[in-house]
Amino acid sequence: MSNATTALNGTSRFPAFRIRLNVWTAGTVLAALMMAIPTIAVLIMAVTPADNIWSHLAATVLPDYIITTLLLMTGVGTGTFLIGTGTAWLVTMCRFPGRRLFEWALLLPMAIPAYVIAYVYTDLLEYAGPIQEGLRALFGWTVKSQYWFPEIRSLGGAACMMTLVFYPYVYLLSRAAFLEQSVCVLEVSRTLGRNPWKSFFLVALPLARPAIVIGLTLVLMETLNDFGTVDYFAVATFSAGIFDVWLNMNNVAGAAQLASVLLIFVLVLIGLERRARRGQRFHHTTTKYRALPGYPLRGKWSVLATTACLAPVLFGFLVPAAVLGNYALGHYAATLEADYLAFTLNSFGLSALAALLAVAIGTFMAYGLRLKGGAVLKTMTRFASLGYAVPGAVLAIGVIIPTAWLDNSVDAFMRDTFGISSGLLLSGSIFAVTIGYVVRFLAVSFGTMEASLGKITPNMDGAARTLGKGPAAILLKVHLPLMRSSILTAGILVFVDCMKELPMTVILRPFNFHTLATFVHEYASDELLAESSLAALTIVAAGILPVILLSRTITHSRPGQGRNVARTRPAP
Amino acid sequence: MNTVWAARAIKGLAFVLAALVFSPAADAAGEVNLYSYRQPFLMKPLLKAFNKQTGIKVNVVYAKKGLLERIKAEGRNSPADLVLSADIGRLNDLVAAGLVQPVKSEVLDANIPPQYRHKDGLWFGLTTRARVVYAHKDRVKAGELASYEDIAKPHFKSRLCTRSGKHPYNVTLLASIIAAKGEKAAEDWARGVKANLARKPQGNDRAQVKAIYQGECDVSLGNTYYMGKMATNDKKPEQKKWAAAVRVVFPNQNGRGAHVNASGAALTKSSKNRNNAVKLLEFLSGPFAQKIYAEQNFEYPVRDGVAFHPLVESWGRFKADTVNLLEVTKHRTTATKIMDRVRFDH
Repeated sequence: MSNATTALNGTSRFPAFRIRLNVWTAGTVLAALMMAIPTIAVLIMAVTPADNIWSHLAATVLPDYIITTLLLMTGVGTGTFLIGTGTAWLVTMCRFPGRRLFEWALLLPMAIPAYVIAYVYTDLLEYAGPIQEGLRALFGWTVKSQYWFPEIRSLGGAACMMTLVFYPYVYLLSRAAFLEQSVCVLEVSRTLGRNPWKSFFLVALPLARPAIVIGLTLVLMETLNDFGTVDYFAVATFSAGIFDVWLNMNNVAGAAQLASVLLIFVLVLIGLERRARRGQRFHHTTTKYRALPGYPLRGKWSVLATTACLAPVLFGFLVPAAVLGNYALGHYAATLEADYLAFTLNSFGLSALAALLAVAIGTFMAYGLRLKGGAVLKTMTRFASLGYAVPGAVLAIGVIIPTAWLDNSVDAFMRDTFGISSGLLLSGSIFAVTIGYVVRFLAVSFGTMEASLGKITPNMDGAARTLGKGPAAILLKVHLPLMRSSILTAGILVFVDCMKELPMTVILRPFNFHTLATFVHEYASDELLAESSLAALTIVAAGILPVILLSRTITHSRPGQGRNVARTRPAP
Repeated sequence: MNTVWAARAIKGLAFVLAALVFSPAADAAGEVNLYSYRQPFLMKPLLKAFNKQTGIKVNVVYAKKGLLERIKAEGRNSPADLVLSADIGRLNDLVAAGLVQPVKSEVLDANIPPQYRHKDGLWFGLTTRARVVYAHKDRVKAGELASYEDIAKPHFKSRLCTRSGKHPYNVTLLASIIAAKGEKAAEDWARGVKANLARKPQGNDRAQVKAIYQGECDVSLGNTYYMGKMATNDKKPEQKKWAAAVRVVFPNQNGRGAHVNASGAALTKSSKNRNNAVKLLEFLSGPFAQKIYAEQNFEYPVRDGVAFHPLVESWGRFKADTVNLLEVTKHRTTATKIMDRVRFDH
């Protein structure tokens, strides 16, 4: 896309003569730098002198950390890919009982924090849980050695829990991509003799690849930065190692070094994927959209499809929500006694603000990148959205250091010049928490917006430029209307993520400040999940409404869908 | 997007944020700001009592990690007055980072015995607890087990449960063994314990007692107060059954004594409410608060003359390892590395 645009501007031909300040480029560079500061702070921490931990780690547990982490990533990556793209294809292209319900219900597990689903399933599946107790009563077993039952607190257990709550990212993005595909492309494939399966694998899947990759990248970064679930399940991943070095060896620089290695790993992974798909760009060259055909499924196929869509919703949402609901019936008073309303208000306010900012900055950066392109800008924007891969608590320190430095510099200036102290303005305020959220979840909004912009052919920009519109007008009048559903997607993803966010909130928050997530964690970590279940349910409920809204918008986002079915839009 | 809807949403958001920023001002008696590594549940009743007695408002940020780094970055403008910690190691990290200041107070010196406070008043211990062995009442015979060293012997093969070897409680216990017997012996001990594990280290101290109750293992390591919390848990009566299945064994009573750690507090260098902070320290070490610590948290009060909880008393008085806690703290990094070398959690 960028090649086409730059060729239009003529920059590629006369680079030396066009050094005039471009607002978009400058703005994008500035935004990317600001968003990158916390990650850079982590990298700087990593190079401060400290005891060398590497020889010790390499000789002992580093291989374990690496293998465990890779296995977890493989498990979660495979699981979310299969469930996410499979169900997205089914609900988009096939007709079977319950399809309309599943369209949005498949998104629901996203509202459940990973640590909450881990607590819930441990309660259910551990030795003392109702399931094993029931089995023992049924078969007359008395001790553990008499039967085999999968251990929930294990690598496999962690992979299952994360798959259940992370697959909606892949589902959401691949479904949007499938919806945006022109049926004509698929019809051509069918006419050329491909069956539906082959059309899926050879046409639809490759076309949706950029979107699926973004979904998977988000999932894998979440997997890497998770600490709550792996800690609870005693699975020693890389992030377990980071916290061990930080807290037990009192070596924050060593921890930052480990986190930096994680960042480099993510960068390499993203780079490899981009290289593999180098030269392939998937713009939609046709503008012919008709209602999707909808392969009707019959007999065992329709039963299979319904089951395939029901299973993730059942295990990822219905079961945990039912358990929480059951707890809440018995213990809602404990939550209400606490300042429940205030926590809810805090969660909603901060998450909404962070979502607005993250989408605005993400869109700006994605558009700036589209306008100018170039390796430098590309690298900068990618780097700026790396905060997602850093464990939250480590990134929180990366936020604290620069904000406190800024506060103290302003304070020193005020003291020297006016003799008054301005104290800490950002640090320890809700603004610090908001900054943390935006930095952490920028990857979500930037990725979504970049994918969405990438699908708009540069010919649109060209045409609009020819008609005399500037970049800002094109963004407002042409792109934003086309990206409506992606904007909403990005906003809702960030909102739901912020509602669930825990480690950064805990470290960055002001005095006496709670969100729903910190409240739930405070109780759950003391084995009082039941007492905080109403708050946990509120997090879930807060995710449901926007998720349904989102699903409706995506369905209606398909060009030509909803209003004039089978309308063919004129080519621009 | 619908602009009316968006405008309404933004207005609503602005209102919420305004409510968040302009929180009510402090009470007339002033305030004191805490950064607490200790859990809210343990501190809330005490802080409430302090507020009731003095009118001083107590503001808290609870976090298990990152508070040291936050104070460091905030520098002279840090709002924190006191840091509360569940173990002395963390307080010592604050001392090493130069973030705390000495307190001179006759009340504190009278309340807290010298072995539980820094010699220059840089930190003060408030409660202690022992890390003990919980043993199944029947499956472990009296006399089968008398020391930390015993649980590393092959006799307890596949009979032992514990939480992660990397948890600060286990790291500090191992550090105390390094202090007593040297690094080599400590590593052998850790290797022996690891070889005896009935399952991969997981869960917290209570979860191990539950596992003993369920027959997964016979002995576990745990802090004393958990026993009190389980045995009196009316909200979760099943925990009473777990507690009833085990007895408390104070290890090494014929030798150096049981490993003891202390919770405590330190005054930050940047404290703006120094007087209130010292008042709170004096309150927490005073007879009233020490009684709450003993009765509600089942911890051992540091102050002489405060009665233990009857249940705690029923386990009997014990001999505590008298090694200087700072000496133990020094060995934490080594202990962590030993845990890696013996692959305790893997």
